[in-house]
Amino acid sequence: MKDRIEALGASFAEAISKAVNETELEALRIEYLGKKGHIASLMQSLRDVADKKAAGQMINAFKCEVEAKLTEAQEALRRAAVEAQIRGAKKYNPTLNFSEELGSYHPITLATREVEQIFRSMGFTIEDYAEVVDDYECFESLNIPNHHPARDMQDTYYLENGQLLKTQTSAAQNAIMKKYGAPLRAIFPGRCFRNESTDACHENTFFQMEGMMIGEDISISNLIYFMKTMLSEVFKRDIKVRLRPGFFPFVEPGFELDINCLICGGDGCPSCKNSGWLELCPCGMIHPNVLRDGGIDTEKYTGFAFGLGLTRLAMMKYGIKDIRDFNSGDLKSLSQFKSL
Amino acid sequence: MFLSMNWIGDFVDLRGLDKKALIKNFTLSTAEVEDIIVKGEDTFGVVVARILSVENHPKSKKLHLLKVDTGNGVIDVVCGAPNVREGMKVALATEGGSVAGHAIGAAVVAGFESHGMCCSEAELGISDDNSGIMEIFEDAPLGTDIKSLYDIDDIIFEVDNKSLTNRPDLWGHYGIAREFATIISRPLKAPETISVDEYSALPPVSVMIKDPELCYRYTAMKVDNVTLAKSPVNMRIRLYYCGSRAINFLADLTNYVMLELGQPMHAFDNRLVDKIEVQTFDKEFKFVTLDGTERNIDTNMLMITSGDEPVAIAGVMGGDASKISDSTTSLLLESATFNGVSVRKTTTKLGLRTDASMRYEKMLDPELCRLATERVLSLIMKNDSGARVISSFTDSYPYHYPTIELDFDKSYVDRYTGIDIPKETIVKTLTGLGFGINTEGDSFKVTVPSWRSTKDVTIKADIIEEISRIYGYDNFDVCTSVSALAPIREEALKSNEDRMKDILVSSYRMHEVHSYIWSDSKKNRELMIDTPENVRIINAQTPDHQYIRVSMIPTLLSFIKENRGYNDSYGLFEIGHTVEGIDENGRCNEQKKLGAVLYSKTECEEKLFCRLTDMAKELCRNILHKAPTFRSVAPVYGFEHPANCFEISVEGKKIGFISVPHPTVLAAIDKKCAVAFLELCTEIFSDITPLPTSYKVPSRFPEIDIDLTFSTNLSEVVFDELAGAATAAADGLLSDISVKDIYTEEDGSCALTVRFSFVSSDRTLTKQELAPVTQSIEEALKPLGLTVKL
Repeated sequence: MKDRIEALGASFAEAISKAVNETELEALRIEYLGKKGHIASLMQSLRDVADKKAAGQMINAFKCEVEAKLTEAQEALRRAAVEAQIRGAKKYNPTLNFSEELGSYHPITLATREVEQIFRSMGFTIEDYAEVVDDYECFESLNIPNHHPARDMQDTYYLENGQLLKTQTSAAQNAIMKKYGAPLRAIFPGRCFRNESTDACHENTFFQMEGMMIGEDISISNLIYFMKTMLSEVFKRDIKVRLRPGFFPFVEPGFELDINCLICGGDGCPSCKNSGWLELCPCGMIHPNVLRDGGIDTEKYTGFAFGLGLTRLAMMKYGIKDIRDFNSGDLKSLSQFKSL
Repeated sequence: MFLSMNWIGDFVDLRGLDKKALIKNFTLSTAEVEDIIVKGEDTFGVVVARILSVENHPKSKKLHLLKVDTGNGVIDVVCGAPNVREGMKVALATEGGSVAGHAIGAAVVAGFESHGMCCSEAELGISDDNSGIMEIFEDAPLGTDIKSLYDIDDIIFEVDNKSLTNRPDLWGHYGIAREFATIISRPLKAPETISVDEYSALPPVSVMIKDPELCYRYTAMKVDNVTLAKSPVNMRIRLYYCGSRAINFLADLTNYVMLELGQPMHAFDNRLVDKIEVQTFDKEFKFVTLDGTERNIDTNMLMITSGDEPVAIAGVMGGDASKISDSTTSLLLESATFNGVSVRKTTTKLGLRTDASMRYEKMLDPELCRLATERVLSLIMKNDSGARVISSFTDSYPYHYPTIELDFDKSYVDRYTGIDIPKETIVKTLTGLGFGINTEGDSFKVTVPSWRSTKDVTIKADIIEEISRIYGYDNFDVCTSVSALAPIREEALKSNEDRMKDILVSSYRMHEVHSYIWSDSKKNRELMIDTPENVRIINAQTPDHQYIRVSMIPTLLSFIKENRGYNDSYGLFEIGHTVEGIDENGRCNEQKKLGAVLYSKTECEEKLFCRLTDMAKELCRNILHKAPTFRSVAPVYGFEHPANCFEISVEGKKIGFISVPHPTVLAAIDKKCAVAFLELCTEIFSDITPLPTSYKVPSRFPEIDIDLTFSTNLSEVVFDELAGAATAAADGLLSDISVKDIYTEEDGSCALTVRFSFVSSDRTLTKQELAPVTQSIEEALKPLGLTVKL
């Protein structure tokens, strides 16, 4: 028995070393481990053996050896096949991929969204408003009566039905006060129109953003705090602000708000005409007449309002030199603004 | 407006203070200073000298050789001025000195040595007179520094007129000085005047205001025998530094007083104008103003007349015929207040803005009239001892502004400012600015001064500004507000538009653009698009821009044309406002719309159209969770293709349209390209309530897909109808239905493959079980013109 097993072992070793694919291995498996294979026949011949136990152990050991070697050979073949697959694989080139161009946002959309996010985080409602408005909305309700010189300051586009294209986002103040009442925190970005000839610095169509905060005991002190906080967020750095008296009929007191020049930091440079300050937004305490027209109790509530030139902000932010680019529809300029 | 610190110094003691720092404070408390100009800094070493002898230059007709006594020795000077004469006292710039920045040294001029320069006023920078060298008065000691004789050193600052629009009291140095005095807490000195009461016994001037609504006050006074020709040097320097030209004493007087007090005045030649009427005329006529220009006077323009003969446009400019000349010695002085609105309308109509009209427009204080006249009298008498007043001060004063009194208390100020400004500071500030003030405990009763009462200070909040600006905004403690927590409301329109933009940019790679609210007829013509006659802008810059746009598409199409070189394929969109006519209330029917256009040189029109359809579906399904339906309709606009125009609706509500360009429009864009566009009304879109997500437990059993191919006329199939009919026939087993394939056979007939997905919640479906279901679906679809192809 021992001799038979050893002879079979030798021939198995030779056969397995020659097997080059799964099929040959399978044939070998059947030859040795199959129902009619060598090991089965060894088992059959066991009955003729005296020391059945020792012989049985020998056969079993041989069977385990054959099984292990077959598995090992199969593994080796599989590994070799995967390696061959890897070696033969096609090498890709990410640098040569055809890529579709991305879409783009209008720079005003991006600038507006950035500012809106800041205001949303401070609890402000964002409002949209019409572009065609009445004289009442744009002037009368803002304490700008007929023949007031402030109407001369703005060259207004008038429509044949007596309405007009809004010259300032303040035109929405009255309606928003009536819509929400006090207390109120709202911003309203929008497009404004002034009848003037265009050049690199002037457009007849531009974006502003107006903001209002109305409540009990809203004070000048709150206004300064708020403007400084808001502008520091907008410019992502600590901004110094300075208030000067400024006249706008719909606020009292009215201010011009300056920030320290972003280019020179306040030391004085050509951009700030050596003053160290940049005039940025008009603001003020809402005039009692305006509050009253908006249906708000002026004895109980006070509030402030401010305006921010979104078009100007976008120009500063992106370094756009010619204001006419905004309405040009020219994709060479506009397609550059992919996301915030 | 230019302002002189020397002049301001007449009314408030500025000694010992840093003047530039003061001017900065003025910016923060009153009005923005645009520029600060230091005068006289670069002029030094100029002394009083006497010309001892004048010799002609041997070779030059112009030049003279002078011996000049500087008080410190005699020097040689070569001089080219025509007015040199022996014995004359002059301003001599000495060696080592400087004249308006030019260093003076010894030089050889035309062969002769010169050790100094005799200066003209223009060279000294104190006037534009360059006709000859400046002559110094005889009493001036030799060697005296010229700057100790005249106010050559000064600091001038400029304030933009716009910054003073609301402050009629700041249009002269005196009013500005009041601000400085209050800012630095020093007293304000009144100008030197001669009271008109001294002349009350003299005969009056005949003054008649025929139009009292347009003339609030008219005062007149006559002065005779004013013979001084040239104004004193310091007066001329101030006028020059403040941007005005010195002319002669009479003309300079009124200018000087206007710059000082803000009150415009007019001097008529008394020989030509000896009585006054103020009136408008029934008829238009022509009138020559003193600048020699003929003006058209209409019936609204207020005129000053003398014996009904027009002599001046009230508050704007005098007439040429009655203006003072070199021979004038007798004056009729006007000091008046005209209706500001009327003056503004007149100047606008005439296109003539003057220093006087600018001031009147701001609503001047009528109380100034008398002060201004008294100031002129003082200046005349001080400088021309021969002059004499020959009339009483004649005052016609039909309109008085009401006196304004305001009551408030300390808590009002605290609440408005948010800080605690001491009571004493409030009293001191308001007193300094000329307000009358009575306090009782924490209550204040304030009387507004006449110069702030014409429009500027009318309510309590105006007082807050006075108190806080002088206190200084830089000195405010700042703090956040206290307010209740409340949720932030956001309109659906706003968030929907934001999401639309995100979807179009991210998923469809489109580019957002902006365009104007009006149609551009010129660009439309290039695209063969008719511009609809919509609501018109009355004052459009060009007739091509006079109509407000109805649709977003035409401008987008012109952008498409202009960007053809940009890329082979791209898309554009804009969300903007449009107007569709006028509604029953006479107001514009304004609508916000999304316009989107796809363009390609490489893809076919149908493909673009399908992508656009997909986009419309995506917008509706993503934002509203509802699917849109499409219905073929007749085109609304001429630029749409008549065969392919579809209305887009959600739940039966029309939200927009989708189409491709009319062949002529397409040809005008580009002969070889494809274009498709859609327009959605974002407001109607946002009126639709989004469907909330309703969760369904997914079936544990497998889904079975059955594809059926139908022969049909493709353009007549409405998928929603197909889906509806199939669902109704499927016994609740149909879970999804989708288009799998569309193709056209060689013979031209069309086939549509639809995938029907079936699932049951309680069992595994078998093909056999589904056979009758499929059968009933087939039956249900036959009436829709769909027959199964075998």
